[in-house]
Amino acid sequence: MSGLRSRLASRWAPLLFLIAFCAQSTQAHIQKGEAIGFLSGLRHPISGLDHVMAMIAVGLWGAQLGQPAIWVLPVAFPMVMALGGMMGLLGIPLPGIEYGIAASMILLGAAVMCELRPPLALAAALVGFFAIFHGHAHGTELPPGENGLLYSMGFVMATGLLHGVGISVGLVHRWTWGRMFLRFAGAFIAGAGVFFLLRPAA
Amino acid sequence: MKRRGGSLKTRVGMVLALLLLLAICPLPTQAHLNSTGMGPIYDGLLHFLLSPEDIVPVIALALFAGLRGPEYARRALFLLPGFWFIGCLIGTTTTHFVPLPLTAVSFLVFGGLVAANVQLSLRTTSVLAMLFGLLHGYLNGEGLHCTVSIVVAYLGLVTGIFVLVALVTAFVIRLRSPWARVAVRVAGSWVVASGLLMLGWAAHRG
Repeated sequence: MSGLRSRLASRWAPLLFLIAFCAQSTQAHIQKGEAIGFLSGLRHPISGLDHVMAMIAVGLWGAQLGQPAIWVLPVAFPMVMALGGMMGLLGIPLPGIEYGIAASMILLGAAVMCELRPPLALAAALVGFFAIFHGHAHGTELPPGENGLLYSMGFVMATGLLHGVGISVGLVHRWTWGRMFLRFAGAFIAGAGVFFLLRPAA
Repeated sequence: MKRRGGSLKTRVGMVLALLLLLAICPLPTQAHLNSTGMGPIYDGLLHFLLSPEDIVPVIALALFAGLRGPEYARRALFLLPGFWFIGCLIGTTTTHFVPLPLTAVSFLVFGGLVAANVQLSLRTTSVLAMLFGLLHGYLNGEGLHCTVSIVVAYLGLVTGIFVLVALVTAFVIRLRSPWARVAVRVAGSWVVASGLLMLGWAAHRG
């Protein structure tokens, strides 16, 4: 009986503890829009399938390439993406953003599908180039009246976590079936990229 | 051995259950309750905890110091709150407002140091921690009138910084796995990205 109690306590107490900390924000003394800014930033990359798939493709490719690309790409991407975001906030125009995002899906998906192994600098440059398009889209879509810093932190974190998802899935690369699975996943992302590429033109 | 593990689990569970109970039975916030004499301390502490432009670079500095080792962590632990406090006092005595988003510089510098895992000397790190404390302290204090309660609020603020630096550096110093240390560097890149966007946001607002 005491064993059951201790099992219940050790399993459920941490969960309940976490839930207690997921309370809604009290807005008595918080600058208006702060929490909303962070949450909307966190939601933004997840709300667009094109962003989600491109971010996961970065993680998958990093996992395929192994050390050091597995961490260089996720470290480089947010910083270059932020440059793109800054351009968007400053109002510097970037033509064909939607095409750039779709092209990122096609090329990154194709890289995963074909297990391309370019030099690290080239892989980082390719990922960085497309990061500018993704960042610019985030920067220009900043909702009016939101807290810019919290919004930015939210979407940077969400983007990083999507890379983490890609890397975690990409770890199946060590098995033969895993390599096949990743190649199919790359093909799927590239195919979805073609769909997104044609959609703006339609 | 198994029994010892079981009792440890039970104790951890009991502690967590107790913390849960404490968390769901909150006391009224006393941030602005002056009658107790404790209001300003809470004011200062909450000001820090609710200011992402302060808390994020502090975490970045703590991550960097933790990556570099215990000696760096000790320096950051004592220098940062100390110079932050001095900066607050200097800021309180002046009425000159800094219009530039200088806090973004801290994001870029300390986030960049973490992301690149730069091998800085202890002396340079100490100087950076001092400058960082002075700058952010100045920005916290600028324009405020120097009263006893403001000084007490600064004490609450730097106490929060001390505790946060202690917790984060202690956590990072214990990390041994290369993966965990890479995760810290990734967090640094997120801080840089946030800093860049903060600059963009400031320019966007004009």
